[in-house]
Amino acid sequence: MEMLVFIVAAVIALASAVMVITVKNPVGSILYLLLSIMAQSVLYVMLSGLFVAAFLVLIYGGAILVLFLFVVMMLNIRYADLGVDTLGRLKPWAWVFGIVLLAELVWITMGRMTRFAGVDETFGSVPEVARLLYGKFVYPFELTSILLLAAIIGAVVMTRKGH
Amino acid sequence: MTVPLDYYIILSAFLFAIGTIGVLVSRNMIIMFMAIEIMLNAGNLALIAFSRYLRIMDGHVFVFLVMTVAAAEAGVGLAIIIAIFRNRESVNADFLNLMKW
Repeated sequence: MEMLVFIVAAVIALASAVMVITVKNPVGSILYLLLSIMAQSVLYVMLSGLFVAAFLVLIYGGAILVLFLFVVMMLNIRYADLGVDTLGRLKPWAWVFGIVLLAELVWITMGRMTRFAGVDETFGSVPEVARLLYGKFVYPFELTSILLLAAIIGAVVMTRKGH
Repeated sequence: MTVPLDYYIILSAFLFAIGTIGVLVSRNMIIMFMAIEIMLNAGNLALIAFSRYLRIMDGHVFVFLVMTVAAAEAGVGLAIIIAIFRNRESVNADFLNLMKW
């Protein structure tokens, strides 16, 4: 049963990830990315990462992809430009190197069949993750606020008109 | 848990490779950004799987940090795309030859 859920979620995640990079229309690829992320959040729940699963849907599905959609709507993209293939004869090499990378990654992980041991109920729940976030990792957590502030200032400065 | 750890890691490898191919093949900057997001998500999946395997929750915190970085990167990157689009009227990465002359 669990294997079935894993296979369905994995196939949806992979197929929609492939669609993200093959679909011509950017709006379509954003929606496929949303589908891929939803399937991945199922996998997170299966790995008892409940907090991160909720976070994935909230941050990616709710915030980042909406930002992408806004940008695609704002930019009046001429689709003729996107069809221009400036890569030429380099394109097969991109596929070759991608597949070599995949073969390497699969080769170093394959054939171990490591089983998971059981964990208690609270693993990955909000209080436990919060205890880590505000305890052991409090300084990195606080530093993310500086990162986000820098990103906000950068985005505002970058998109300012007429300077 | 009937699904072994390897399956998750191999799925993560597949997603990472798809993201890499997307960055290499696509010339639309928005799609390249989305391919980068796929790669970050593949890393997140591996972190969660290993975190569950080792029964240490530190990986969850790292996923949180990676997502923050992804959000910041998307914000700044899309701002850069908008600024470029204002100047060049295009989001094709190969038309950005301003630094090349």
